[in-house]
Amino acid sequence: MRLPTLSTLAAGLLILLGPAVFADPPAAKPLSGTKVEGPAAPEGLQVPSPPFSEGIFPCTSCHDGKSMKPNLKRRELTDMHTDIALHHGPASRWCLDCHDANNRDSLHLASGEKVPFTASYQLCGQCHGDKLRDWRVGVHGKRTGSWNGPKQYLLCVNCHNPHTPRFQALKPMPAPTPPEQIQTRKGGAR
Amino acid sequence: MTDHKPECPIGGCEPPATIGGTRREFLGAATAAMATALTGCGTLSKEEFLQHNFRELSKQEVLDVIARLEKEYQAKYGREVKVANTPAIPGVIFGYALDLSRCIGCRRCVHACVKENNQSRDPEIQWIRVLQMDKEEGVNVQHADAYYNPEEVPQEGHFYMPVQCQQCKKPPCTKVCPVGATWRDKDGIVVVDYNWCIGCRYCMAACPYGARHFNWGEPHLPADEVNPKTHYLGNRPRPKGVVEKCTFCIQRTRNGQYPACVEICPTGSRKFGNLLDKDSEIRYILENKRVFKFKEDLNTQPNFFYFYGV
Repeated sequence: MRLPTLSTLAAGLLILLGPAVFADPPAAKPLSGTKVEGPAAPEGLQVPSPPFSEGIFPCTSCHDGKSMKPNLKRRELTDMHTDIALHHGPASRWCLDCHDANNRDSLHLASGEKVPFTASYQLCGQCHGDKLRDWRVGVHGKRTGSWNGPKQYLLCVNCHNPHTPRFQALKPMPAPTPPEQIQTRKGGAR
Repeated sequence: MTDHKPECPIGGCEPPATIGGTRREFLGAATAAMATALTGCGTLSKEEFLQHNFRELSKQEVLDVIARLEKEYQAKYGREVKVANTPAIPGVIFGYALDLSRCIGCRRCVHACVKENNQSRDPEIQWIRVLQMDKEEGVNVQHADAYYNPEEVPQEGHFYMPVQCQQCKKPPCTKVCPVGATWRDKDGIVVVDYNWCIGCRYCMAACPYGARHFNWGEPHLPADEVNPKTHYLGNRPRPKGVVEKCTFCIQRTRNGQYPACVEICPTGSRKFGNLLDKDSEIRYILENKRVFKFKEDLNTQPNFFYFYGV
C-alpha cells in the first residue's frame, strides 16, 4: 500500500504548488490577444499604432517639401483630404495647428515641439488635461492586458477621430429575449 | 457541512474483507439505481450522485471530479474542455467599477460574456443586463428598460446602467442557500458549486440585483461555441436545473487577465483590479471619483461600484 500513498502525496503536492504557479504568471506570460504594433510611445507606454487611413502614411511620400511646397494659408481643401470634416473647433482651428508643416510625419505641440503620431495624446492633453491625467492612471479610455501586469493603452485617436472627436454611435447588439417570447421546446423542457 | 451528506453505507461501514468486492459492487449498483430513480433520468453517474460539496473534497477527490467532468464534456461536445481549479491569489480582493458617464449601452459586454462563460444560447441566458434609464429620472429602476432596441445608441435623453453580480461583501444569496452550494471565496468572488446546487432558487429570490439565473431547460450550447478554458466554479458547462451567475470571469482573472466584458467594452467604461493594491486603477477611482453603490441602503456591500468619470 506504499505506492498509492506516494501518488496521493504527489497529487497533494501538485495542488499545494498550484497557488504558487498561478500567483506569478501574469508578469512572465506574454500577452495573448493584444496587438502591439509600431514603435512604443514615450514613457514606456504600450500603445497600438494610430488608425491611419489606408495607404496614407508616411505623409512625406507626398508632402516631401520639394514636389509640393507647404501652403500655410488657411483655406478649404478641394483637391485632397476632402473626406475630412473638421468638427473639432472648426472656427478657430485648422490642419497645421496640429500637423507639422515642415515634417508632415509628425505632429507639433503649441510650443512648436514635434511629437510622433504614437504620442498624439500629448497633443490632445494640451487642451484636455483632465482627460490625459485620467488616461494615464487608467480611468479614462480603454486598457487591456493584465490587471496585475503589463497593460496596453489605446490612444485617444483609437476611439475618437481627432477631426470629429465625438464618440460615434453604435448599433446595439441584440436585447435579451422578453419572458413572454421564450418558447417551450418540443418534449417539454420544463 | 457533513449534515448534508446522504446516508450511505459505502465508506461508512467497512464490509468483511472476504466478501468485500461483491458487497461493494452490489452496493455501488444499488446506489446507481437509486440515483437513477431519484433524479428521474439515467444520466447521473454514481460518482456524481455521491459527490460532496466542493469545499469538503480532499485534494485527490477534486482531481478525480475534474477528470470525470473533463471526460463527460469530451463525450458531450466531442472536444477537449479543460476544467481548472485555480485558487484565489493571496492578497487580492477583486473590485469592479463602471463609468456611467461613458457607457453607451451597446451590449458588447453582454454578448462577450455569453461567449466566454458558456451560457445557454437557446434561450440565451445573459448574466449582464443593460438598463436604459431616463436622464431626468436618474438611477431609478422603475424607469429602466432592458429591452431597448434602437438603430443606434446612445439615445438622446437616456443613460445606460449595466447590472451584473455585484460580488457583495455580505451576499444575501449565500446566506439563504439551504445546502451551502454558493459561497464567497477568498478573493471576494461569489461562486456556485453547480454539482451541489439543488435548484431551489432561494438565492435568486434573495438577490436584490437579479443577478442570478436559472437553467429551466437543458442548456443549449453548440459544440463549436464551447469555450474550452473553464474553471470548476466558473464557466464550465452547466447542467439543467442549477443557478448560475457572473464570477468576474474567475477562469481569466485568477490568471491575471481582465474579465471578458472589460476587454470588449469599446468605450473603456469598465474598470477592474485589486482593491488591496493602492496603485490599481480601481483604487484611484474609489479615491478620486464620484462613486456610488447600487441599492446601498440594503447593506449588501457590493465590490462593484458605479462612478462618474467626468
